[in-house]
Amino acid sequence: MINHLFRYTLLFIILVLVQILILDNLQISSFVVPFLYVLFILMLPFEIPGWLLLLMAFFTGFVMDLFEHTYGIHTSATLLMAWFRPGVLKLIAPQDGYVPNSEPMIRDYGFSWFMKYSVILVFLHHAILFYFEVFTFHHFFTTLFRVFISSFFTIFLIVLSQFSVYKPKGLGRG
Amino acid sequence: MRNLLRFLYKYYFFLLFLILEVIAVSMGIQYNLYQRARFVSVTENISAFFNESISSFSDYFHLVETNRKLSLENTHLKNQLQRVYRSDDLFFFGEKDTLHRQKYFFTSARVINNSVNRMHNYLTLDKGRAQGVRPEMGVVCPEGIVGITAGVTKNFSSVISLLNTNFHVSAKLKKNDYFGTLSWDGQDYRRALLHDIPYHVPIEEGDTVVTSGFSAVFPEGTLIGIVEKAEVKNGNFYTATIKLTTDFKHLVYVDVISNLKKKEQKKLENYD
Repeated sequence: MINHLFRYTLLFIILVLVQILILDNLQISSFVVPFLYVLFILMLPFEIPGWLLLLMAFFTGFVMDLFEHTYGIHTSATLLMAWFRPGVLKLIAPQDGYVPNSEPMIRDYGFSWFMKYSVILVFLHHAILFYFEVFTFHHFFTTLFRVFISSFFTIFLIVLSQFSVYKPKGLGRG
Repeated sequence: MRNLLRFLYKYYFFLLFLILEVIAVSMGIQYNLYQRARFVSVTENISAFFNESISSFSDYFHLVETNRKLSLENTHLKNQLQRVYRSDDLFFFGEKDTLHRQKYFFTSARVINNSVNRMHNYLTLDKGRAQGVRPEMGVVCPEGIVGITAGVTKNFSSVISLLNTNFHVSAKLKKNDYFGTLSWDGQDYRRALLHDIPYHVPIEEGDTVVTSGFSAVFPEGTLIGIVEKAEVKNGNFYTATIKLTTDFKHLVYVDVISNLKKKEQKKLENYD
């Protein structure tokens, strides 16, 4: 339990630092704004109780809002994503269900399962985020394009992190 | 009562989500409707610390360009000095001089954080309250206007960039003094929109747009940009696309403007 707490705290701090120190300083174009911090919500264990999931999402979004001066935009997008997470997990569950003590990662459930899981949730998060940020449906397709491109880059980074940070079996396995 | 509890227990996931989401959305809406940029959060200091270390590193990559700009501006200022003060040494005046009514005072600052790819872009400067920066001061660079200071801590200040959809500034055409409102539509970091110029005003491609000085934040006549195209939208007013002269992707040194007469003007206009 303590081990779990330590691991997820560390993951949270690393993701927030990567987001504000590196990704926010990239500024490739206004269409490419990856938000890697959503990986934290994706990585939480299967057995996490609903209330904790929502509170974690609220806290994560709130921290990002503070750093990015956006007030509520990240919080609402991350919350919505967290709310959809149990439903999505049920929807794409493998035939014999989820194995106890396994984690939502490529290592445990394979590439195509993980892609389905992350694409749905990341796209949802980015869609809410960008439309709420623009606060109008005026340039509907421009915003939609931003959502697509940014989601693509976020997912790319998420998949990359699966291979680089989490060595298959062993390292950091609590 | 038991049914209610059972109901709450059964749907608590949805209800908790609803409560938290309502809190978040109302925060966001409040921010979008009213300009709440005057928050100075606790995180401001933390992120400013990180940003300063990053920018002191990345500054090295812009040294050549920065030097060129500084020397250009130096030449420009020397020329101005020659024109204005050549006649007599007695005309040289300082900040506190009451005889010559100096209205604006410039403080140089370094940009330690900047973004152009959001809807609400902000800059962070390395000067704060201790160096005389206060909220609602204009920020300019040699090429044009940059933004207005919002939150100020002891040694740092955050600036609402012109590239922030909440930013509005009163602007006019240099050639005939007709004024309108300049704002950014969130599309392109090199272009902004000038609204509310009456349709009978001759406005052409290439006209210079400068600040009107009405807001007491920017001195009158500070450069903003060049008219790229103008078309009549919704009835009687032009909406003109302005090519900004400030290059927001290459900001390193800026000037913060304090208006020494602002209090007096605002008192008269009853805003404060």
